[in-house]
Amino acid sequence: MLELDAEHVHNLSKRVKELSGDDVTHCIQCGKCSGGCTVAPDMEEIPSRIMRFIQLNMKERALTSSMVWTCSSCLTCTARCPEGIDIAKVMNVLRMMCLAEGYTPKEKHIHVFNRLFIDMIKKYGRVYELGLMVQNNMMAMTPFRDIGLLPAILKKRKIGLLPHKVKALGEVKELFKKGQTFYKRMKVEGWK
Amino acid sequence: MTESSHHENIELLTYSEVIDVKGFVGNFDVTIRMRPRSVDMSRCTGCGDCLTKCPAKVPSEADQGLGTRRAIYKPFSNAVPNVPVIDRDHCIYFTKGKCQICQKVCKAGAINYEQEETIRTEKFGAIIVATGFSLFDISKYGEYGGGRYKDVITGLQLERMIDPNGPTGGRLVRPSDGKPAKSVVFVQCVGSRDEVKGMAYCSKVCCMYTAKQAILLKDHFPETQSYVFYIDIRATGKNYEEFILRAQREYGVVYLRGRVSKIHDPGDKLEVYGADTLAGESVKINADLVVLASAMVPNPDARDLARMLNIPYDSYGFYSEIHPKLQPVESITRGMFIAGACTFPKDIPDSVMMGSAAAAKVCTLFAADELTVEPKLAEVAVDKCVGCFNCVDVCPYDAIQKDTVSGRNVARVIQTLCQGCGNCASTCRSGALDVKGFTDKAIYAQISAPFEADEEEENAYAGA
Ligand SMILES: Cc1cc2nc3c(=O)[nH]c(=O)nc-3n(C[C@H](O)[C@H](O)[C@H](O)COP(=O)(O)OP(=O)(O)OC[C@H]3O[C@@H](n4cnc5c(N)ncnc54)[C@H](O)[C@@H]3O)c2cc1C
Ligand code: SF4
Ligand code: SF4
Ligand code: SF4
Repeated sequence: MLELDAEHVHNLSKRVKELSGDDVTHCIQCGKCSGGCTVAPDMEEIPSRIMRFIQLNMKERALTSSMVWTCSSCLTCTARCPEGIDIAKVMNVLRMMCLAEGYTPKEKHIHVFNRLFIDMIKKYGRVYELGLMVQNNMMAMTPFRDIGLLPAILKKRKIGLLPHKVKALGEVKELFKKGQTFYKRMKVEGWK
Repeated sequence: MTESSHHENIELLTYSEVIDVKGFVGNFDVTIRMRPRSVDMSRCTGCGDCLTKCPAKVPSEADQGLGTRRAIYKPFSNAVPNVPVIDRDHCIYFTKGKCQICQKVCKAGAINYEQEETIRTEKFGAIIVATGFSLFDISKYGEYGGGRYKDVITGLQLERMIDPNGPTGGRLVRPSDGKPAKSVVFVQCVGSRDEVKGMAYCSKVCCMYTAKQAILLKDHFPETQSYVFYIDIRATGKNYEEFILRAQREYGVVYLRGRVSKIHDPGDKLEVYGADTLAGESVKINADLVVLASAMVPNPDARDLARMLNIPYDSYGFYSEIHPKLQPVESITRGMFIAGACTFPKDIPDSVMMGSAAAAKVCTLFAADELTVEPKLAEVAVDKCVGCFNCVDVCPYDAIQKDTVSGRNVARVIQTLCQGCGNCASTCRSGALDVKGFTDKAIYAQISAPFEADEEEENAYAGA
């Protein structure tokens, strides 16, 4: 049962607004985001319900939902919301809060993939596909998954054997630094 | 009200009641009972000295029982006229024979215990009925503790509480202990949209006044947090939807989509159990005050009044118009108009609109030199009428009167009242009544025509 009290009821929506700039209290629960969402049909909770969890300060439900991780950031919802809420961005913020506040991500593998992806961008300024595949398989403890596809992909030069760095890596690093400053300013504790 | 009390063409008859209406459009004989105020209107200066000195205290009707008034009282601070009235059922002098304090304190010598009821009958050309509504009795909701829990009140009681001239001087308190109320839960549709305990209809105004009240609370008492349990929000007027959004966004009112199931009073705060179906979660809120938006229902005496005035009403007791779209302020009785919440729940703008429309209809009626009526009226063939007067009983418009012609009792149709429904014609045993254009003879001819044609055709075939 959800217990509401005046002191806390607006906490989560305020926090989400701080971090994303989006005021989820404006959501009118029309469901248009959920209706177009590419992954919602397979989810227990749909995007509009996640917005409702935020409105009612149901932090745990919002942060530990699968939907938050399966969101593919396709932005369909964002493009269609009649209240102009950037739902995909809100999902991003929820993922961030989930980690920062020590909740276990409901979709571990997606989280791992995201982590590796971001680390790679930080390092090379772009994805090193082979490395990402191998690392991801190792982390998921399925080292040989999709191994059969490798020769064909290499032969067709879909991915390279060695990592490549982008020229302006400095600028990429700068972006990450900006991000760090934002998190610090917003007091997102525990976020690396 | 004050303005109309000064208008040269308006006479306000307060503390009075219509007890009988006879006649028809342009010629209504209205009998009015004017109850004894026990205060001489011509002498009273409205100083209010008596109001504070009277020792008899009674729960105030206008304040919905949240405060008290004296036995000599004005219903509310800006009542028109500004003259008090003695409630004889609670006045110590009238019940026990002594006291008379008000008479002693009244410098104008306006108190008159001897005043008597007067009955006056006057002619009026038209009547507008605008008797308003009552509130659904919340004690029918045992699960909300309505009537038992002091801190569970109606929207109207809250309305009184937030009035600076109201029983709490405009303070938002818990009636149980007078402490400030901080957490307020509003419950919508109490008695509305409930086919088991209440009315099937939507009361139309409560969504909006609840939002208004929640906004006012936040404005006047910033430390309050309001929650509104609703089924769906009905905000269909001009700027209404925006108003609801303001309540939610600017004033932080938390709307929960669900009906409250139970209110429990463990001693200190009320525990409100409901659900938010949007989140799919049951909800509990500890509240200082719970405000029930009780349904707007017809007055308890609405049916009696309607029968006296001869205006029809629906299954709830709301007065019926001739046509909901094209003749919304006219009752079937010519010259009798209806307006406001006595016809169905509505807000002030809608009530004012209906009142203005009814007044304009009356002006149109009075401006014409002649009344036009539909040609299909009932007509009595005096030679056939035997004076049984069965027709008088069946006429829904009271359009038939008893008359005498050359010493014989016969029926007479009042043309301005008859609507040509034909009830009388089908009841009259001696065939004396017919509706013009729909006489029995004409109807029989129409019915038999097809059969006659058949006969002709048959003959034609037989001849071939
Ligand atoms: C809690 C609450 C809050 C509301 N807030 C708003 C709001 O903010 N805005 C809004 O637009 N609307 C609001 N409304 C709705 C508003 O009250 C009605 O729309 C309005 O009162 C209807 O006006 P009326 O004149 O038809 O009826 P009423 O206001 O009920 O007036 C009828 C009058 O007739 C008198 N009467 C009854 N029977 C007789 C009789 N037999 N003889 C002589 N007199 C008689 C009554 O004493 C009464 O004075 C609210 C309603 C409620 C319950
Ligand atoms: S951005 Fe995420 S939530 Fe929005 S539609 Fe795409 S997958 Fe669904
Ligand atoms: S589309 Fe926008 S307003 Fe509609 S439910 Fe989704 S977030 Fe809320
Ligand atoms: S106006 Fe709103 S609260 Fe009132 S009965 Fe209708 S839906 Fe319910």
